[in-house]
Amino acid sequence: MLELINIKKTFNLGTINEKKALDGVSIKLDEGDFVTIIGGNGAGKSTTLNAVAGVWPTDSGSIIIGGNNITGLPEHRRAKFIGRVFQDPMTGTAATMEIQENLALAARRGNPRGLRWGITKKEREEYHEQLKMLDLGLEDRMSSKVGLLSGGQRQALTLLMATLKKPEILLLDEHTAALDPKTAAKVLELSDKIIAEHNLTAMMVTHNMSDAIKHGNRLIMMNEGRIIYDVKGEEKKKLTVDILLKKFEEVSGKALSNDRMLFSKETD
Amino acid sequence: MNVLTTFLNALPGNVSQGLIWGILAIGVFITYKILDFPDLTVDGSIGTGGAVAVMLITNDCPIWLALLCAFAAGCLAGLVTGLLNTALGIPGILAGILTQLALYSVNLDIMGQSNRPVSVDKYPLVLSSRYAVPAMIKSMLIVAVIIAILYWFFGTEYGFTIRATGCNSNMARAQGISTKKSTVIALILSNGLVGLSGGLLSQYQGFADVNMGRGAIVIGLAAVIIGEVLGSVIFRKRFNFVAKLAFAAIGAIIYFLVLQLVMLLGLSSSNNKLFSAIVVIIFLAVPYLRNSSKTSFKKAAKNAAAVKGDVNNA
Repeated sequence: MLELINIKKTFNLGTINEKKALDGVSIKLDEGDFVTIIGGNGAGKSTTLNAVAGVWPTDSGSIIIGGNNITGLPEHRRAKFIGRVFQDPMTGTAATMEIQENLALAARRGNPRGLRWGITKKEREEYHEQLKMLDLGLEDRMSSKVGLLSGGQRQALTLLMATLKKPEILLLDEHTAALDPKTAAKVLELSDKIIAEHNLTAMMVTHNMSDAIKHGNRLIMMNEGRIIYDVKGEEKKKLTVDILLKKFEEVSGKALSNDRMLFSKETD
Repeated sequence: MNVLTTFLNALPGNVSQGLIWGILAIGVFITYKILDFPDLTVDGSIGTGGAVAVMLITNDCPIWLALLCAFAAGCLAGLVTGLLNTALGIPGILAGILTQLALYSVNLDIMGQSNRPVSVDKYPLVLSSRYAVPAMIKSMLIVAVIIAILYWFFGTEYGFTIRATGCNSNMARAQGISTKKSTVIALILSNGLVGLSGGLLSQYQGFADVNMGRGAIVIGLAAVIIGEVLGSVIFRKRFNFVAKLAFAAIGAIIYFLVLQLVMLLGLSSSNNKLFSAIVVIIFLAVPYLRNSSKTSFKKAAKNAAAVKGDVNNA
């Protein structure tokens, strides 16, 4: 499905702000893999997802999705393979457009767009059914502007948009971090449901260690632009937060430095 | 009384002028409101449209073809601004200023001199200020057709990509939309309309002039903003897309009616640019001031309980 081969990326090369963000990241996902990614501040978690999405070109290495080498494709041209949900609920949707128009834009991800209608009557009926699944009552507000929705509603809608056309890979970039705990739990539950239903391959960055353990079949820990721990299957199921913290110290030689992560450990 | 009769007599003329500028206003609406791009190309591209139309008409080209070419010339101007912005990374506002400046020379080159007359007596012009009532009806029809076409266009997949690009370019790219391409397309379309507006305006006033576009963007903005304020008062939540386009044109009509009125009341014609600047300032400032009068630090200080160490009034 997705394969990253020795991806490297340095930001602000040759300046005092030079930062080696990705230092040889290699990973191969199998179909249906749901990988959670954790790590300290600046470990390269979101950077890895951005490399896959093509927000900027990588310095070296290859990105292969479904047998296609997409390393040289700009963001909008690789979008046909990729569904994305962002940390900021404002990023994933167009606020001044209607709910149904946002869905119609997402349904055409990767298709050539022409002078056909931007949304058809048949589509409206389909979206009505699909919005029902979110269980947020959005199916009755299809012609409302997305800007009127709450952050949680917008994330749920973005999730639906990202998977409306089945992506080769779904990228969830701390997509519950900006939500209150109750809404975050609901959006996570919804993510699980959608991923399972469509048997999607997904990567989810999270700062919440127990979420990272609870969700998905595989867990990756990153530090200083490298993958330092990769665990799946039965072994992953046995993980606890304490084991993860110990593992981190063992591999990186220091305590985990992510305030939000440590905070979330105490609250869960 | 005298002022009123003069005003009423001039009404059809001012309405036609408003409608012709309304086409420009609709073009400005596309960039300023839909694409969220402050495009200053307009000051140049309206002159280009006018120059192209007059030169073709005076060389016995059919009127419809001349207008089509005025539209195309405007499109070309929009393409230049779009490429300066997307391919060369020049900030939008500067890209427009550069194109506008360059077009001043281009317009002079097209006309060969700074002013070219086109007489309604010699050529079968679409509209002319000489026949104000037919001009009003014809410009009304043209505006209606343009609104209908744009309504259709912005309902298509392509139109959706432009709206998404203007609203949230991150989202647009994540949905596979080339935001650069849709920016360029919107600029082309917008300036095409501005060029068409210039082609009609030069026929209406009987000449094209290298300075005819000076301050055009401000008039366009005034029209868009007047229309928006008025439309949202009248329609409130039902202020839909068609109404927004129509009210950009209606805003332009109102602008010219008010301009006529203040000129009748004694404003000299040399002050009309000052007038357009003041209109835009008022319409932009009023919503801001009204909002800040509801909530301000001064008010907060007044509403705060009197406590020791009060520096609010220090």
